[in-house]
Amino acid sequence: MAFESELRTEDTTAFIIAKGELDANAAPEFRTQIETAAESALSKLVLDLRELSYMASAGLRTLVFARQKMGSDVDIYVVGAQDAVRETIEMTGFHHSVDMVDDYSGIA
Amino acid sequence: MTLRVDYYPTRTYQGYKLRPGHPLPFGANIIAGGVNFSVFSRHATSCTLVLFEKGASEPLVEIPFPEEFRIGNTYSMIVFDLDVETVEYGYRMDGPFDPHAGHRFKPEQVLLDPYAKVIGGRDIWGTPPNWDEPYAHRGRLAFDDFDWEGDKPLEIPPEDLVVYEAHARGLTRHASAGVKHPGTFVALREKIPYLKALGVNALELLPIYEFDEFEHSRLNPDTGDMLMNYWGYSTVGFFAPKAGYAATGKLGMQVDELKALIKDLHKNGIEVILDVVFNHTAEGNEQGPTISFKGLDNQVYYMLTPEGYYYNFSGTGNTLNCNNPVVRNMVLDCLRYWAAEYHIDGFRFDLAAILGRDPWGAPLANPPLLETLAHDPILAKCKLIAEAWDAGGLYQVGSFPDYGRWSEWNGKYRDTARKFLKGDEGQTREMAQALMGSPNLYGSRGATASINFITCHDGFTLNDLVSYNEKHNWANGEENRDGGDDNHSWNCGVEGATDDPGVNFLRRKQMKNAAVMLMMSQGVPMILMGDEVARTQYGNNNTYCHDSELTWFDWNLLESNSDMLRFFKRLIAFRHAHQALRNRWHLQGHDQLATGYPDISWHGRQAWQPDFSQESRTLAFMLDGQHARGGQQPDDMIYVAFNSDWNAHGFELPQLPEGKQWYAFVNTALAFPDDITEVGQETRLEEQHYILVGERSAVILVGR
Repeated sequence: MAFESELRTEDTTAFIIAKGELDANAAPEFRTQIETAAESALSKLVLDLRELSYMASAGLRTLVFARQKMGSDVDIYVVGAQDAVRETIEMTGFHHSVDMVDDYSGIA
Repeated sequence: MTLRVDYYPTRTYQGYKLRPGHPLPFGANIIAGGVNFSVFSRHATSCTLVLFEKGASEPLVEIPFPEEFRIGNTYSMIVFDLDVETVEYGYRMDGPFDPHAGHRFKPEQVLLDPYAKVIGGRDIWGTPPNWDEPYAHRGRLAFDDFDWEGDKPLEIPPEDLVVYEAHARGLTRHASAGVKHPGTFVALREKIPYLKALGVNALELLPIYEFDEFEHSRLNPDTGDMLMNYWGYSTVGFFAPKAGYAATGKLGMQVDELKALIKDLHKNGIEVILDVVFNHTAEGNEQGPTISFKGLDNQVYYMLTPEGYYYNFSGTGNTLNCNNPVVRNMVLDCLRYWAAEYHIDGFRFDLAAILGRDPWGAPLANPPLLETLAHDPILAKCKLIAEAWDAGGLYQVGSFPDYGRWSEWNGKYRDTARKFLKGDEGQTREMAQALMGSPNLYGSRGATASINFITCHDGFTLNDLVSYNEKHNWANGEENRDGGDDNHSWNCGVEGATDDPGVNFLRRKQMKNAAVMLMMSQGVPMILMGDEVARTQYGNNNTYCHDSELTWFDWNLLESNSDMLRFFKRLIAFRHAHQALRNRWHLQGHDQLATGYPDISWHGRQAWQPDFSQESRTLAFMLDGQHARGGQQPDDMIYVAFNSDWNAHGFELPQLPEGKQWYAFVNTALAFPDDITEVGQETRLEEQHYILVGERSAVILVGR
């Protein structure tokens, strides 16, 4: 399934909803949305990955990119990562850069 | 992003935008807008950059380096707009094929960059390779964006280290490990709590640089088992972690997975020491494959005879020309990279004596490479540990050029401890030296120059040391000819496994005696993976070729040999609790602080009268805790007695200072659970002036 993503901002929280397969070709789009989100003053960035079925290394790197772009004042949440995606994030240690939560209720 | 003006392309080639690159750093490095490629060759006549889409057999493009892109003997080029996630690269070098002159250029072969930081093509361990693939080990790009969360190397003082030598795959590959991705870095991360509970604070990993497990792979003619290069002492790429050791290797994310492991080990107070193999490469001799160095500049990278053949000081076909200035710089760049980018705490150099040979093989009095590493500012806090011998007969234990920095695997410690353990005569004087951190070898260098070990990956496990008189290497398919014969082992009466309870009790006791020697010695103790749970390799003392249950850590042993594990844990905890055991400098045998006791004193069956005669098999020493660390950190009195004789002997105990009493921590003559107490819960001796040390037993007392 092709990659799709959508960005919306409510107050100081930005939501990026990503669907499909985040491969090397799709990573620049995801990255651009993170950059766009970073243009407003945020307290939270929520990456909704519930419908993301695959994440290549390029996609994972965007998580690190998000952390570096946002700085340490912005809380970054990864919501509902599917098992394969979650596992890859954890194996590479990228989960230290973000908060992994099951659903929206896990966002503080 | 605004690009700097000087990064605009100056040329195009088949649609690829180029400009002359930066000669340094070597390798392929991501820069703004592109990738900077730089490679060395002195004798090549031309060089071509070959780019691939990840995994493709046919190149995307082959870009010859224009003449103005060559500076001196370096070829460098910036290629713009590459997909850094998916590109793979290599080089073709044209030049003479003249083996007599040392040249083996082979322009039809795509060559791996020696500086490649990620190597693809063999992403999953043990997957049989496509032998027809012309470019098997493929350079990829690495990213430096890992989130270290403030981590840095731990810089634990060497005297406080307890090293655990382990195989990165073998520790977790066994089904009993109970991990989701057996045999990987991420699985190792799951086992950190075990290492921490054991009490070790440095993990020394057998080689984790990219190597080819299928090098010299073959079927054992007797068993049909696949024999492969399991240990990995044969480097393909010095800058790249082995992809097959990462569960995420198939995603090309081995760099991140390894860094995540190192970061977690550091969080748990455990250093990481890498076993590095700079003495030779995976390219073998004249018969071996051309992967990288051979085709880049054979004459520079390898030690060659005047006729152009490979010197073989490594015993594996070729010898890297480490004291050629170009090769020396590569080694330095490599170690700096691992120290800075991976936060590696130390390096153990395989067959390090080779690193002190000149390009023609003669030992150098002042080897530039060893001196350079010792004084390097980036490596300044890294532990540098030499395996101070090579396969060409150079044996430098005690005399390795150290520049005040290098420590050594103390092979003489191992041999002495083994001989004393099995009751050889004439060993007590040497054993006393070993227990002191070998001042006879390292007098000017301090006790921490001595990495003390009784077993390591190369040789018998501890259990096999007390269960076999002879090696049993038939499974290696070399008719039991491989592996060392001078094991100084003793089987306690029966060769191999037995159900004789007397023999088994003795073996356990001998393993505990060995552990006591190791943990009570000044210097840096190193434990072989699994010895703490009596792991066996069934008498095979050279298991380099077995990726099987023979070599994997069986986690069921934690239950079945829980008494051994308990013994090791407590003994290690005791070492950590007693700084008298952990002095950086050698004890003198004098009372420099006028405490009334020498820092270390020697005893025997009579107090103050050690028996160093040829027939003696008894030895005891006492540490005066007031002298610990030059008197800076006072400790209890510690008394340790060994009896390697087959008869029990009474030992008169030295008189303690007024008000102190002896408490027993260890008595290996006693069966579990009386063999050892908890640290701090030692049992007061009823009889304070005398102790019976059973046959082939050891005792540890604390005076407080």
